[in-house]
Amino acid sequence: MSRRLGIDRPLVIVVALLTLFGVLTVYSAGQTDVKTLAAGAWVRQIVWVAVGIVAAAVTFRTSMRILEWAAPGLYWFANGLLILTLIIGTGAGSAASSKSWIAIGGFRIGQPVEIAKLATILVLARYLSSLRDPPQSLRDLTKPCLIVGLPFLLVMAQPDLGSALVFVGVLFAMLFWAGTKPSLLLYLASPGISLLLAADTQWWGLWMVALFFLLVAWRPFVIEAVLIYVVNSAMGVLAIVVWHKLKGYQQKRLTTFLNPDADAGHFGYQIYQSKVAVGSGGWFGNGWLHGPQKRLAFLPEQHTDFIFSVVGEELGFAGVVLALSFFFALFAVLLRIARRATDPFGSLIVFGILGLLFTHVFENVGMTVNLMPITGIPLPFFSYGGSFYVACSMAIGLVLRVAWDSRLSGYADVSQ
Amino acid sequence: MSTMTSFRLRDRTTAARWILATAFLLLSGTFFRTQVLDYERYRLRAESNRLRPVPLVAPRGAILDRNGLIIADNVPGWAVKLFAISKDSLRAALHRLGELVALDSATVKDVMRRFGDAPYEPALVLGNASTEVIARLEEHRLSFPGLVIQTEPRRVYPAGKAVGHVVGYVGEVSEDDLDKDRYPGAKSGTLVGREGLELQYDHTLRGIEGVRYIEVNARGRMVREEVSSPSLSPISGEAIKTTLDLPLQIFIDSLWSDSLPRTRGAMVALTPEGEILALYSAPGFDPNDFIGGIVPAKWNALISDEAKPLLNRAIKGSYPPASPFKLAIATMALRRGLINFDSRMAEPCRGGLQYGNRFFGCWKKQGHGYLNLTGAIANSCDVYFYQLGLKLGLTAILQDGALLGFRDKAGVDLRGEQAPIFPASVAYYNKRYGARGWSNAVTLNLAIGQGEDAQTLISMVKFYQALAGEGKVAAPHLVRPTKEGAARDLGLTQSQLEGLRAAMVQVVASGTAAASGGRELKMAGKTGTAQNSTGANHGWFIGFAPYDHPKIIVGSIMESLGGHGGAYVAPWVARVIRRYLQETDPSLRKANIRLVVPEDSAPQSVELPADSTGAVP
Repeated sequence: MSRRLGIDRPLVIVVALLTLFGVLTVYSAGQTDVKTLAAGAWVRQIVWVAVGIVAAAVTFRTSMRILEWAAPGLYWFANGLLILTLIIGTGAGSAASSKSWIAIGGFRIGQPVEIAKLATILVLARYLSSLRDPPQSLRDLTKPCLIVGLPFLLVMAQPDLGSALVFVGVLFAMLFWAGTKPSLLLYLASPGISLLLAADTQWWGLWMVALFFLLVAWRPFVIEAVLIYVVNSAMGVLAIVVWHKLKGYQQKRLTTFLNPDADAGHFGYQIYQSKVAVGSGGWFGNGWLHGPQKRLAFLPEQHTDFIFSVVGEELGFAGVVLALSFFFALFAVLLRIARRATDPFGSLIVFGILGLLFTHVFENVGMTVNLMPITGIPLPFFSYGGSFYVACSMAIGLVLRVAWDSRLSGYADVSQ
Repeated sequence: MSTMTSFRLRDRTTAARWILATAFLLLSGTFFRTQVLDYERYRLRAESNRLRPVPLVAPRGAILDRNGLIIADNVPGWAVKLFAISKDSLRAALHRLGELVALDSATVKDVMRRFGDAPYEPALVLGNASTEVIARLEEHRLSFPGLVIQTEPRRVYPAGKAVGHVVGYVGEVSEDDLDKDRYPGAKSGTLVGREGLELQYDHTLRGIEGVRYIEVNARGRMVREEVSSPSLSPISGEAIKTTLDLPLQIFIDSLWSDSLPRTRGAMVALTPEGEILALYSAPGFDPNDFIGGIVPAKWNALISDEAKPLLNRAIKGSYPPASPFKLAIATMALRRGLINFDSRMAEPCRGGLQYGNRFFGCWKKQGHGYLNLTGAIANSCDVYFYQLGLKLGLTAILQDGALLGFRDKAGVDLRGEQAPIFPASVAYYNKRYGARGWSNAVTLNLAIGQGEDAQTLISMVKFYQALAGEGKVAAPHLVRPTKEGAARDLGLTQSQLEGLRAAMVQVVASGTAAASGGRELKMAGKTGTAQNSTGANHGWFIGFAPYDHPKIIVGSIMESLGGHGGAYVAPWVARVIRRYLQETDPSLRKANIRLVVPEDSAPQSVELPADSTGAVP
């Protein structure tokens, strides 16, 4: 109560720490024996941090009610940009063949998907906070799914599998926070599970049996139960078709995820080199700036997608745990703010942002040690890149606003 | 609003905490496994990623003659190697390198093979590059990121062609060698001895390869010499001191190249102790041609030459021993006490001997008349030895031949010695010709060194070394005797030995003519003319001097001499003996050599079977 008029300091501190950690790592990533584009990235990243602070200040100053009012407009604007991207978009970096950037006169001005992520969170929060009761059936989930489905499909079309995955993460996080029953979430996830398990007939068969008993036990509407079962069966069959529809490099990414050492020279190169870099870090690493794998350019995309491998190689397990602790602290703070928010719209926004950041962190950090397949999405506050850093800053600005609003109302001190 | 009320959020918060905690534990656990538990594995992988071992060639041990003169040594040479990250990048680098240095397709193929064998090591491109090539490459260093230029010890044989057969040569170990582990400790790219002493004493000479590490980046570009990681200095091979007399070896070579340029044959010089002073085979090759990989054209010329310049005739050539074998027959008869030096045979020599329905001629159509053993040796009378052979009997000849070592390799310490052919028992003849397919006539052939008998020059010289010495057969050797060539005794008394030597003096000195330079040299010896089933006769001469106290035994075989025989060979041997002895007695330098030696031949040629072991009980 004493800092009633102040901003949420733990959040500012943890974000500042993450940003500092990130910039130092971007700097280190640029220190290679043969100079690359990454050499000067840390300077540009500092500029982006400054831009991010301004952006965060702007979102912090924006009232929740204005946001709620503007959300649908933002949403359609973002989707419009995504469609525009499909038409005139360009690729960049490791994903040069995809269309994910908007460029004017050859100058890339940003990735619309970052705006789309935030806009989708806002619209979803607006819809879910307007509900009197949590979604009870699949029918109740139709609208949230449509809200997320549009940008999801547009991003998939770029194609940008990683970002598409983030939308799914956001959807599930916000449905969960809005009180959707776990069983319903499982029904929603079941087609995806079928798709994954379809690779192995036996596992898929087991899953279908398990799903049958779950449906019997949880008793959804009969028509929905039948629908779920039909869709799952269809997915098992479709998986084969989808597999053949995937481009060669997409198939390779999935197969190398299962067995990265088998193809260390080509498609497994990134994950192999990343694991070697991380693994050779040991307890305390080779020392900041002194990672040989990074220095000798064995590590791919060392300042963007695989920046966490630099942390692993140079700072070792200790550095990894430190970085993960910062992220965990960030999520703990976000969870607290979401929990204590006086406004359901704000609370859902905060939890949506938590889901967004968590998906990014888990996927990005996980892929450096082959826990997750390589999808090429950046690590919040670490990876070099303007659009994403600014988007994250705007998200943090929103969270600070929610926290600030909650404190003013005097509702915040609900103890645990 | 009810969906977001505080009490309902409590459960979700708890659940969210659990999910977050689980996710972070999972991440931390995976990192723990990778970074702590599997640390060693990944550290090794990281090092093999960036540290490339560059083998440091160990200098091969020198090969010295008996007085410390250098037969083989090392000089600094240049080796050009390439690091590459893939076959394609190596091929591209070689393509660019080909614009600066001539690289033929065979070399490129070899480089690709070496890279395939050891992709983390720099692949050898040029093993023996000239200074100009190195200068040109250094100029373009920047365009070859993986280029390694090393000074490496390069083998050199100052005497060149003169020592080719005895010293052998070195070459890169082949995949087949590695598969069969013919060179323990060698790995792909190691230079190993291929023939002669280099092969026989390869393990001693080779030394142990060292290694240093070079740090490379992901493109295979060298970044720096790694100082922190341990580098091993190579351990040079041990020098070997041989029994060879290099000036004598060179003398034989110059003699042969100047006066006998087209003659194929071999010459071996021994001390009475069995130390090899010289071992020469013609035609020969220059071992220096093999340094850094032989030029394919040269190699093809060597292997396609029908004179077989790579064949060491001194140890690998089998010839009918001919008349020099008569001393073996005499030895058998003497040790069995069948005859003494005055014994005559029943029939005088009338130019031949009727045996059964066949007439066995003597080389001298006019005949020798009655001869005692000394005279028979001096004149190489075939008829005398036909009868002596019959007196001994086939079984005794075969038994004693084996005892005297004519069934065994001489046991010289050189790889690839040809085993002699000499029947173990009469079963051999039964097997070869059928029980009724042969007659006792084979005894007559054996008695004059023809028939089912093929010996190498080295094994015949070995026998004469025993005659020249104290009747003890010692293993001829270049460095040290082998087990195979273990000493054995001829079983002759001192007076018998002296008698045989006296007879051999007469071969050279009196024989059919008087006044011989051999007298001044006090040389003894035995000529021979071996009938060659595939062409003109081969000439033999094995001699030693001084006859009463021999210091050197020299034997020589010359192939396909046409009209000539052993008498043609003897003067060359005599000159070699004189050359050696004049070192101890300078007065011999002026000695005028005039040898008059008998021509002799064998009655008929017999084709030799390749295998004599089938009948061994």
